[in-house]
Amino acid sequence: MYFQLAWRNIWRNPRRTTVITTAVIIGVWSMILLGALMQGIAGEMVRNGIATLTGDIQVHHKGYRSDPVIENSITDSQVVETALGTILPPGALWAPRVRVNAIASNARHSSGVTLVGIDPGREATVSFIGKAIAQGRYLTLDDTYGAVVGKALTDKFETRLGHKLVLMSEDAGGEIASRAFRIVGVFRAEMKATEKQFLFVTMPAAQQMLKLKKAISEVSIILPGEQQADEVAAALQNALPSTEYEVQTWQELLPFVTAVLKMYDGFIFLWFLVTFIAMGFGIVNTLLMAVFERIREFGLLKALGMKPWWIVKEVLAESFFLLILGMAIGNSLGFLSVFALSVNGIDLSSLSAGLEFAGMPRVIYPILQGKDVIMANLVVFILGLLVSAYPAVKAARFTPVEAMAHT
Amino acid sequence: MSIVECTDIKKTYHQGRVEVPALNGVSLSIEKGGFVAIAGPSGSGKTTMLNIIGGLDLPDSGRAVVDGNALEEMSRSDLANLRLQKIGFVFQAYNLIPVLSALENVEFVMLLQGVAAAERHERAKEILDEVGLEGTYDRRPAELSGGQQQRVAVARAIVSNPSIVLADEPTANLDSKNGKGLLEMMKEMNEKKKVTFIFSTHDPMVMEYARRLIYLRDGLVADDQVKER
Repeated sequence: MYFQLAWRNIWRNPRRTTVITTAVIIGVWSMILLGALMQGIAGEMVRNGIATLTGDIQVHHKGYRSDPVIENSITDSQVVETALGTILPPGALWAPRVRVNAIASNARHSSGVTLVGIDPGREATVSFIGKAIAQGRYLTLDDTYGAVVGKALTDKFETRLGHKLVLMSEDAGGEIASRAFRIVGVFRAEMKATEKQFLFVTMPAAQQMLKLKKAISEVSIILPGEQQADEVAAALQNALPSTEYEVQTWQELLPFVTAVLKMYDGFIFLWFLVTFIAMGFGIVNTLLMAVFERIREFGLLKALGMKPWWIVKEVLAESFFLLILGMAIGNSLGFLSVFALSVNGIDLSSLSAGLEFAGMPRVIYPILQGKDVIMANLVVFILGLLVSAYPAVKAARFTPVEAMAHT
Repeated sequence: MSIVECTDIKKTYHQGRVEVPALNGVSLSIEKGGFVAIAGPSGSGKTTMLNIIGGLDLPDSGRAVVDGNALEEMSRSDLANLRLQKIGFVFQAYNLIPVLSALENVEFVMLLQGVAAAERHERAKEILDEVGLEGTYDRRPAELSGGQQQRVAVARAIVSNPSIVLADEPTANLDSKNGKGLLEMMKEMNEKKKVTFIFSTHDPMVMEYARRLIYLRDGLVADDQVKER
């Protein structure tokens, strides 16, 4: 009957119950929605980062990351391929690349770019480039002089499909190598910076231009499903001579994104805390009012023989119902709003320049993560009951004589 | 056999810096099955006496033994248990739980005692019928008249078969007709079930019905009369 009594008691003052339940609803709803939006942003940043050539894991010659020069190329890619064949889980995909800094120029402009020599078939499975062609076509392995460039780069260079660009870089012999490539395809990317930075040619074309023979700069790996990159990277590093190769996960390759993700976790925690503090005051206030209005009744209950602990349980049961009601509706609204926004997302294109600087996507799609939903509900429920302990204990401490003398 | 034995009970209340002596050494003994009124003017200590007998308050000194239990030796938890098992209360202001129906109010004490649902339901209905409230089981206190509410309070007080029922000014908020009806009912309960009734009152009608009248003045027993039957 505690629950029956508690349920009826909370409806003695429907207006007050509605107000406090609304506070809980808004609190839970905002926690879930904001958490989902933050996860959406973070997820998109990670996806963009991984898809923009980073991959889940990369293998380089030791020293390449700190000094990405042609001397730090992987000369014997067979060693890496053998290790990959042994270590990678089923469903993992990988692609070799040549990657050097270069100068691209035409009659009108010149600019620093990253020249990426790819195996087109393999590359399409590990990065964005296979699906990003907006004009023209993708590369084929026999494209000796074909190049795929970003739309923003063609705009910058005031050039277009079918026209040529000259690429210049330092070759393996330390000499300046240059070659003219014809634009066979134009790609679009999430960020304009990506379109301006990367220029794709076939790997044989790059190796030939840079006199690399069979050397490559890196291998990029995509793992299947939720496979943990750390474990696979560690296993790969153990399988390769550590004096010659280094293996890194995307977290190490994208420190800015990793730092932003940690910051987002902090934001979510802070938001939860602030929301709960505001809600917590409301809960305590509501229950205290409800308790003080019923002092005589608590005195009666004690006079009848109800033990103090039972009175605490009854008041906590009232808090339980307020919280459960608020949480049920708050969760429902949270899920509905996430579902509604997940269809078209929130379009922030008008802020695209600023967002691109921060590495954020232009359209945000909220992502519900089980752990955030559970955390939001646990925070509200457990802390809600904890703060309700004060009014509950207050109710239990009235002596029957004092309480029943209360007017 | 005494069901209540009080020896030299003293109790003083402290209101800020003011000390208000309520009982100045009351000794009395009440037999099982008694129908006793403790009367006196306001401030004479009648309610305090009833609170002490009921274990709602403890004396500053003296000894109170209720149904064989020495109250000053009992913990708060034991006192609560004593009230639950042995003592029924009827208050001036009905003091029903407003969100429970008449039936549920009567069942409540049995719920606290751990009586099974079916049994409490049955006994509660029986007792409500006995006090003349058949058909009002599902009504909440706000839907009952003053007299009916007080009958529910009496039903709640006696449904668990207590040894004693303590009634503090039970007729104070009732008109004379309802008050008389209530007293008739309590007298019948006393005679049929041998439950001891102890009233605190300054209502002459209650004093009329009582078989023994203990008169308090200034915290002391001023008179103690047993009426001839």
